[in-house]
Amino acid sequence: MSEMSGAIPIELTVNGRRRALEVAAHHTLLEVLRDDLDLTGTKECCLVGECGACTVRLDGRIVDSCLVLAVEADGGEVTTVEGLAPESRLSRLQGAFLDRGGVQCGFCIPGQVMAADDLLRRNPHPSVPEIQEGLAGNLCRCACYEQITEAVLAAAGEEER
Amino acid sequence: MTAARVGAAPRRVGGDARVSGRQQYVADVHLPDELHAKLVTLPVARARILAIDTSAALAVPGVHLVVTAADLPQPMPRFGPQFEDRPVIAVGETKYHGDPVAAVAADTKDAAEEAARLVRVTYEELPAIVTIAAALDPAAPLVQDPALRPNDPLSGTNVLREHRVGWGDVAAATAELVVENRYTFPMVTHFAIEPHAFMAAPDGEGIAVWSSIQHPNWLQKVIARLLGMPLAKVRVFAPDPGGGFGGKQHTKYEPLVAFMALRAGRPVRLVLTLEETFQAVRRTAAEIRVRTGVRADGTIAFQDIEADYLIGAYADIADRVVGKGSYPGCGPYRVPDARILARSILSHTVPSTAFRGFGNPQVNWAVESNLTEAAIRLGIDPLEIRLRNLARKGEAFIPFDTPCDGTWEQAVRRAAELIGWGMPAPAGRGRGIAVGIKSGPTTGLSYSTVRLLADGSVIVYAGTSDMGQGARTVFAQIAGQELGAPLDAVTVVMGDTAVVPYDQQTSASRSTVLMGNAVLAACRDIQAKLRAMAARLHGIDEAAIVVDRGVVRLPDRELSILDVLRPGLGRLGGELIGNGEMRKDAEPDHPLGGSAAFFEFNCTAVEAEVDEETGDVTLVRYVTVSDVGKAINPLQVRMQDEGAAIQGLGHTLMEHYIFDEAGRIRNLGAIDYRIPTSMDLPLEMHSEIIENEDGPGPYGSKGMSEGALLCVAAAVAGAVRDATGVAIRDLPLTPERVWRALRDRP
Repeated sequence: MSEMSGAIPIELTVNGRRRALEVAAHHTLLEVLRDDLDLTGTKECCLVGECGACTVRLDGRIVDSCLVLAVEADGGEVTTVEGLAPESRLSRLQGAFLDRGGVQCGFCIPGQVMAADDLLRRNPHPSVPEIQEGLAGNLCRCACYEQITEAVLAAAGEEER
Repeated sequence: MTAARVGAAPRRVGGDARVSGRQQYVADVHLPDELHAKLVTLPVARARILAIDTSAALAVPGVHLVVTAADLPQPMPRFGPQFEDRPVIAVGETKYHGDPVAAVAADTKDAAEEAARLVRVTYEELPAIVTIAAALDPAAPLVQDPALRPNDPLSGTNVLREHRVGWGDVAAATAELVVENRYTFPMVTHFAIEPHAFMAAPDGEGIAVWSSIQHPNWLQKVIARLLGMPLAKVRVFAPDPGGGFGGKQHTKYEPLVAFMALRAGRPVRLVLTLEETFQAVRRTAAEIRVRTGVRADGTIAFQDIEADYLIGAYADIADRVVGKGSYPGCGPYRVPDARILARSILSHTVPSTAFRGFGNPQVNWAVESNLTEAAIRLGIDPLEIRLRNLARKGEAFIPFDTPCDGTWEQAVRRAAELIGWGMPAPAGRGRGIAVGIKSGPTTGLSYSTVRLLADGSVIVYAGTSDMGQGARTVFAQIAGQELGAPLDAVTVVMGDTAVVPYDQQTSASRSTVLMGNAVLAACRDIQAKLRAMAARLHGIDEAAIVVDRGVVRLPDRELSILDVLRPGLGRLGGELIGNGEMRKDAEPDHPLGGSAAFFEFNCTAVEAEVDEETGDVTLVRYVTVSDVGKAINPLQVRMQDEGAAIQGLGHTLMEHYIFDEAGRIRNLGAIDYRIPTSMDLPLEMHSEIIENEDGPGPYGSKGMSEGALLCVAAAVAGAVRDATGVAIRDLPLTPERVWRALRDRP
């Protein structure tokens, strides 16, 4: 089953850029982002939707991109961590992650940042329990949870959305 | 511009790349013409391999290579940091669930996966040893071929090695109270969010290897030996690991990938799945029997400890974990008579390796829990019994080792204060307190080169792996402060053995102390050159010039480093190069081969509430206090301490491998094996540090990355016992286990 035999044309808008692709029917959005589009900021870990490392924004809501087939995302608008802030600047949320010490090894961080960004869009001034619940699907083995929570609080305090 | 200052908490060096997705981990690196590898494993633990048919796999379009034991040099090359017992790929017999019997390399991941499924292995399943009791049964099959340990009287058993340490005479010791119990510690896995990834590519006459490894120089040695190449022809690239925790210290599948790349003449990459990492690394499980003798006044009379550690099918570094982890088993106390026997017991399970705490949390769990029990039975406060026995600074509490190197009582008193020890606990809640120590590195060798460039910016070369602990930031702070460069003008280069000088390893919380001292020495080397330069420029005696933290002091005025550097270097420019070396030599007569460079000391205090209906434990308040000597970066220290504590809550409350009778892991992967999430945190968490600048590292620092994990279990179980009256001696304290213990409460 070479992927060419089952190649299906799809179109995605990724970080504002339209991309026409041919994807295998069984390939996930995660694989297409990482392998076909070389957007390696989105991370691969558990592949069963438990760790959150592959979190991206698809059509206005966050998804575990390992659980979404690329063909399901056809026509969709995708934002990955690379598209969160223009050029090489950081969003206030990304800056807060660094200022508050929310980043250790960093492998889970793209997913954490995407999930936190989504939380703040839906709830601009979340409480601590709301942040902890909102990020419960994003594992951090360095266990920077306290600092990540503080970072989201800090970003919410600074940001008027 | 961010001033580089020791004691400050600047944004992490490398942080921008980590929050924006630009940080490249091994799996993010691609090479032209690369092949994708996939391991072939069996759905059993132990099996005799009868035949491997690769024809169907080789027929898959895009498949270039299927490697089995028969395709590797004969006899099978073996490696391992302690014993060279691990084959590059299983030969003759698989020894644990996940032991690969073949590997496929193909143009695409899809083709590799499909071909891996088509490798037909004929095998005969054999009985597997997965428990300590089964391994010690005289009729048990031997996990390891006795021929691998000739002349070893234990080679006819599943005991790989015994470690005995002690002092005084336990047999003759008496005490008013003797508390004797048996404790168990579960088998848990590292679960770094970055699954291990490996890549190898032919590189001229040599080879280049990429690995998410903590010890690139050690890997270089292993590959050079296995391939018969000079060290200089083996180039290891070690991009910052996405979490290590000890699981990425030692060589795993790099030799396999290297042989495949040489055979294919093309780069080969292998990225493990999370499930495969469960089958690659884990912590040693343990069963500990401890007899604690205590006098009526609460002073410890003796400790008699027997710790059986269940290691895996190949030794990896596990036997060192057993020896070094059990060695300070009596804790940071004055113990007149002590006897510790620890055994490394082989089994048909995943090779266990280093894991944050390195064998200490297991014995600590037993000994600290026993001390709490002694206090309760004597009617002494659990805090008080610890204070009464705690070693004082300078006291040789382990007679033949580094004396107590901190004012440890301060951490204990501060933790007690923060938890509200001595105040009545609210109804339904209990409090627990425990302390932990760990020997720092017993040997070490770190080199650093620092370059002060013509514009005053600085490049630091350090072979440490920054796996999240923040070593880059610490080294940049040190070099920036010493050479007067802002943090943004310091670059720290790591992870390339062709460029960066040798470092023994990134482990045992050593890097701030050992590599930190090497970086400091390299900066001092540059400072000496600056003094000579200033002396020449200003016609002053060198002895009259002082370079201190970025300032050059002449007898009559102060200059910035650039004021000296620019004219000193002259029109051709150039740079000043400094070299630093930090060596801690072995002590051959020492039981561990060397005394502790420092001790990590932590006190943890917990207030917990137990739901009697469900057995659920809620940590209402959690306090962790570590003696760190000096925090070069207090924010990173806090992140390490709190992260270690929460990681420790994993083995304390929820994590454990589950095996079936045949030795198969039943809870592979993130759905069935749970680690702490943001919903499992203590309701309140406080971490504090003690800083007396009394460590051997730069500015009085000590290593500190593991301390806060050492005594988590004993503190939590102590709080559960205080709340319910029930002592639980098996981990993890799952709701089911707690509920059953409460139900069976007398």
